Amino acid sequence: MTDMIAALDPAEPALAPQAAPDIAPPVSEPDHSHVLTTRIWHWVNLVSLIALFMSGLMIFNAHPRLYWGEYGNRDEPAWLVIGQQGSRGFLEIGGQRIDTTGLLGRYEDGEGQMRSRAFPGWATIPSDYSLADGRHWHFFFAWFFAFGLLFFMAFSLLNGHIRSMIAMRAAEWHPRALWRTIVDHARFDFHTAPGEAYNPLQKLSYIAVIFVMLPLMIITGLAMSPGTDAALHFPSMMFGGRQTARSIHFIIAWSLIGFMLLHVALVIVHKPLTSLRGMTIGHRR
Amino acid sequence: MTRRALVGSLAVASGGLLSGCDALNANQGWRDTLRLAETGNMALQRAIQGRDRLAREYSPRDIGRSVPANGTRAPTDADYLKQAATGFTDWTLTIDGLVEKPTRFALGQIRSMPKQTQITRHDCVEGWSAIGKWTGVNLAHLLDKVQVKDSARYLVFHCADTLRAGPYYESIDMEDARHPQTMMAWALNDELLPIGNGAPLRLRVERHLGYKHAKYVRRIEAVADYRLAYGGGGGYWEDAAGYEWYAGI
Repeated sequence: MTDMIAALDPAEPALAPQAAPDIAPPVSEPDHSHVLTTRIWHWVNLVSLIALFMSGLMIFNAHPRLYWGEYGNRDEPAWLVIGQQGSRGFLEIGGQRIDTTGLLGRYEDGEGQMRSRAFPGWATIPSDYSLADGRHWHFFFAWFFAFGLLFFMAFSLLNGHIRSMIAMRAAEWHPRALWRTIVDHARFDFHTAPGEAYNPLQKLSYIAVIFVMLPLMIITGLAMSPGTDAALHFPSMMFGGRQTARSIHFIIAWSLIGFMLLHVALVIVHKPLTSLRGMTIGHRR
Repeated sequence: MTRRALVGSLAVASGGLLSGCDALNANQGWRDTLRLAETGNMALQRAIQGRDRLAREYSPRDIGRSVPANGTRAPTDADYLKQAATGFTDWTLTIDGLVEKPTRFALGQIRSMPKQTQITRHDCVEGWSAIGKWTGVNLAHLLDKVQVKDSARYLVFHCADTLRAGPYYESIDMEDARHPQTMMAWALNDELLPIGNGAPLRLRVERHLGYKHAKYVRRIEAVADYRLAYGGGGGYWEDAAGYEWYAGI
């Protein structure tokens, strides 16, 4: 085992035996299966995130402008605007305007009607404009998302999932090891070190998503609620205000969609069936 | 692949998912299930808020360019126009229903009551916010004058403006009614309320979204159940568009 990790990073052989042998998966072949809690959470989370994202776009459509700071409205400058001018749709970021007719601002619905809406009907829940319904979906799935994440984190800390699969080993923080895994990824080589479920780049992505981006979605979401804001001032204050929290909520939502697309793409190019089985049925015995 | 083709295929791909979601969205059982979240949100927020936890207040330099008028920007009801033409000198606020002493207060009387001023953030359900300085009379002060009965659990605010689906109204429970920041405001940023912001008298219920803050209030009725008023949803937008009655989120 030491030899093989040394092959990954010949400069640091002394740091190699980090993984406790009792929690490491068998060395012979990486095990792509996941424990039940991870599998349940993964799919609950997928459904919740898609429902939250699409209903979130509906909510955004009610006021398609984003601001920094505590407040922002039609009389204040916005850093992002999706709108329409005449029959054209546009996206404006930081004062730079691009024509997005057909996609943002103005789009053609199923009946061939041109409609003025920030995000088109095919991207929103519901597809017709209804802020009220978008909110009902959003706040329903938010419970599954928030408590799902909470339970997953608690279980994963208790059952050693984080320690054994996602936690970075000391040697993996070495710049050369990080650079190696970046180069490997660029070459579509996604191998993991023996005894490891993920390589350092994968681990860092999962850490960023599970421990930074998903919790930030919850905190920025809470920061926008006047009721929660009265009870707990910190969520909106830590971002410098409700409108900043709304902007960050929007940015991370799109980042998560980016992560999801990349994640699916990587699963497809790298052992799609094994990965899918590992995340559904679990163990292959 | 052209952009048009890409957009087209994205649209087709999401079409299947969406028609499923739209079908679900039209299903009453599913809609009732979604609405369970409102009960949960209210229970959770009330649990962490406590009774008197205050909405954040700001300093005068935080006040923005405006508090945009939304919903009704200028009522066209004949009675309201007549009142506006005379500077609301004859405007009265009636408080009745489940109270010991139903009373009609003159606007001048309300303006001469102990003043309360707060600089707070107005959060619209649409997503925007505005900070303004509100002056008015604490609602609990008025409620004590009319002696609300114990059987009263909600207040219904009857307004002078009529929108497409009918007259505007709103309702809140007694916990929000007696919250220290809840007031009937008659001034914004040291000026008498502009018509767009609800002249001459509007509700401020600071831990809620904007649509709860009824404007142009003529009558406050103490009731046992708001579901018996108007369309049953507890407010104009609740009835007309299906918004949540509990608007803390």
